[in-house]
Amino acid sequence: MSQLVDRRLSGKNRSAVNRQRFLRRFKTQIRKAAAEAVSGRKVADLERGEKISIPSKDLSEPIFHHGSGGRRNIVLPGNREFVSGDRVDRPEGGGGGGSGGSPDGEGMDDFVFELSKEEFMEYFFQDLALPDLVKKQLAAVPEVKKARAGFVSQGNPSNLHVVRSMKQAIGRRLAMAAGPRDALREAREQLAELEANGLGASAEADELREEIEALEARVAAVPFLDTWDLRYANRVDQPTPSSQAVMFCLMDVSGSMDADRKNIAKRFFMLLYLFLTQSYERIDVVFIRHHTVAKEVEEDEFFNSRESGGTVASSALELMKDIILERYPSASWNIYAAQASDGDNWDDDSPRCRDLLLQGILPLTQYFAYVEIEAEEPQSLWREYERVQAASRRFAMQRILTLADIYPVFRELFKKKVA
Amino acid sequence: METRPEIERPAPVSQRREPISEGSEWSFELIDRYDREIARVAAHYGLDTYPNQIEIISSEQMIDAYSSVGMPVGYHHWSYGKQFLATQKGYKRGQMGLAYEIVINSNPCIAYLMEENTLPMQALVIAHAAYGHNSFFKGNYLFRTWTDAEGILDYLVFARNFIAECEQRHGEDAVEELLDSCHALMNFGVDRYKRPTRLSMAKEQARQAEREAYLQSQVNDLWRTLPAKQSAGRQQRAPRFPAEPQENLLYFIEKNAPRLEPWQREIVRIVRKIAQYFYPQRQTQVMNEGWATFWHYTLLNHLYDEGKLTDGFMLEFLQSHTNVVYQPPYDSRRYSGINPYALGFAMFTDLRRICEHPTEEDRRWFPELAGSDWVKSLDFAMRNFKDESFIAQYLSPKLIRDFKLFVLVDDDRDEKLEVAAIHDDAGYRAVRQLLAEQYNLGNREPNIQVYAVDVYGDRALTLRHTMHDRRPLGESTPEMLRHVARLWGYTVRIESVDADGDIRFAARSDT
Repeated sequence: MSQLVDRRLSGKNRSAVNRQRFLRRFKTQIRKAAAEAVSGRKVADLERGEKISIPSKDLSEPIFHHGSGGRRNIVLPGNREFVSGDRVDRPEGGGGGGSGGSPDGEGMDDFVFELSKEEFMEYFFQDLALPDLVKKQLAAVPEVKKARAGFVSQGNPSNLHVVRSMKQAIGRRLAMAAGPRDALREAREQLAELEANGLGASAEADELREEIEALEARVAAVPFLDTWDLRYANRVDQPTPSSQAVMFCLMDVSGSMDADRKNIAKRFFMLLYLFLTQSYERIDVVFIRHHTVAKEVEEDEFFNSRESGGTVASSALELMKDIILERYPSASWNIYAAQASDGDNWDDDSPRCRDLLLQGILPLTQYFAYVEIEAEEPQSLWREYERVQAASRRFAMQRILTLADIYPVFRELFKKKVA
Repeated sequence: METRPEIERPAPVSQRREPISEGSEWSFELIDRYDREIARVAAHYGLDTYPNQIEIISSEQMIDAYSSVGMPVGYHHWSYGKQFLATQKGYKRGQMGLAYEIVINSNPCIAYLMEENTLPMQALVIAHAAYGHNSFFKGNYLFRTWTDAEGILDYLVFARNFIAECEQRHGEDAVEELLDSCHALMNFGVDRYKRPTRLSMAKEQARQAEREAYLQSQVNDLWRTLPAKQSAGRQQRAPRFPAEPQENLLYFIEKNAPRLEPWQREIVRIVRKIAQYFYPQRQTQVMNEGWATFWHYTLLNHLYDEGKLTDGFMLEFLQSHTNVVYQPPYDSRRYSGINPYALGFAMFTDLRRICEHPTEEDRRWFPELAGSDWVKSLDFAMRNFKDESFIAQYLSPKLIRDFKLFVLVDDDRDEKLEVAAIHDDAGYRAVRQLLAEQYNLGNREPNIQVYAVDVYGDRALTLRHTMHDRRPLGESTPEMLRHVARLWGYTVRIESVDADGDIRFAARSDT
């Protein structure tokens, strides 16, 4: 007799290992495809999986097979018009009409498959790591905090919750004694009635007295506190974000920053944000825009509004420093900053920016990235920042000339530092 | 083509229908009841099967099973991952339905049912896999000779554990490289004529260590005197090695490759054993699928005639069945070779027709079949043939006409293709013979054998490709030689011999 087995719950994902092997083997091709996919689409799309396509020939599994040529007999079904001895032209593309014998000769052009979002991100960030991930980040084990979670009926004596237990006991005592008490009261009333009628010594009264005694004993026997009543405070482990980061986006919105440049800056910020989400559980983003004065704004305003006038970059740095001191103590926050500018700045202001960075901001931050967009030749800010870069490992600067440059620049900025 | 015989038709009990169930939702209880009914009818027709183990799985698990080429337990390799991704993609996009069925040639015979399927589909798969394929596995001579249904599961477990252990000891990359090369040669890792020994895990494990030591000593012995002084006289006297050409490349490598480590030899052996296990399946595709399809059709129709199945059930069943046995014509966009289900089903159905209702033509072509007991004749055909001989023996003129088969000759010395034979009196025999040849694995794959090893020289291995109809080797040859060279450890050459005996150097790969 047949045996019927329900296997649905066992052994899912048996191919997971093989799939991993596949990804591992073709990681170079996949990484390349992932990079192409990134530059080819909107940055906001990054939060989903990706279709990866690899040329089939790269992953062929060769076997010995016949090449074309020689003489072959092919038997085909569905003859309509041929009779023996007919001579027919070869179909286009060699022996296409009859691949009868070996189906392995020709394959599809591309092997296409889906990467999940997580896998895609893995490839995207593979060679990158946040620079100097030194603080709490390295230990990936999340910190836990005990949190209250109601009451349970079993637990450690030290967690005994007295008030709760007593409340529970009251309820139980009331419930358990309710029946006998009613009977007791009734019996007493009857007895009182009998006594009032002068029948206090009758056999009926004695019977009642006995009953009362028994009932009193029953009421008294209800325990004051029973094991059922005990309640314990329940505490559960709750993961706390072991690492939190704040990301400052600084952008020049003076007249010289046009929509295209802002667009490039925006993509850079978004990429940075996405990257941080890989490493941190909680990320605050602070947007600071500036022209001659700096202002903390909402994201919308940050990217969309436009100002005219000159540029004083130090105003943004001042504001950033104030915000850090006020809201983000560097002992508990990982601080990242990205500044985007077209390089325009008042000449007098640039040395001030340098000093602010070196003395005020860089000691507090994990990393400060400066990107200059579309500047034709370096201006004063760039030159001053070059000196900052020479002085600090936490500072990086790059130029972005077109949209397509963003990704390579991004990689360059956050290239894994050899410890 | 209504050919149900009167004797087989159950007495028409006043046309009363008592279906096993209505509705199309399955439950374990219903599957069990259908299975009992199908088993009863299968026994009535004398199908001899291994015990069945029917497993309900989800579609994800079906994709898994698909990707490991139907092995219930497989070692890890990227190519299975590739297969998995391809299947998954196809399934998700709805480009293809999932396996009609997967059934494993083991004892007990494991058949998978997918939970998404409707009840009629489950019944169809049970009839097809658990009774059709199962009886084929148990009865066909190739399976009886080459595979050991008792031992295969144990052996696969042994193989997976051994390879996993090797990965730990020698690194995943080393094992992967080796497996790549072995897989490339898998089709050349079968004995076509020698009987294999039985496989079982206990024996394998016990003997593996012993074999390791022994093999290594043998190999070393072969090469011990090397490199010897090369005197011309000695070379002349030296016997050629191997004394005769060897067709089983992997076997030759396992036993003789000078530089393989013992664990590498064992892996070559594992791949070879698995290739051997699947070899009968590759040789009996048409028969196997045809047999299973014929029986699911016959068994379910029998149940319907008994009134056990509803009309709705039959409609759904027939719709799937019809899709499966459709043969698109050669110029259709859906054409991708001859559909083994279609050809096999048609041949077994036709065999039954010849037995029961032979025409004058059939009596001429199949005098011994016409009028015989069809159950016995089909059983005989199932047991004693493989695709090539089955077609050569049983393809009838009527089927050649039904399929409108014709032969096209593609000769590179001729600028046109020539129609050599069609479905007419003059062509039947040619069509039948050439179609049979098309299923000869020896014709499909180039004939490559180990020809010589330069034992006293640079240890180079020479393969010889014997050309058939002047067909050359494909463009993958240099890559393939690299794989052979990786296993052999020294230079590998391949030469082609044409019909006139002229030897032509084809390619070489140095290590």
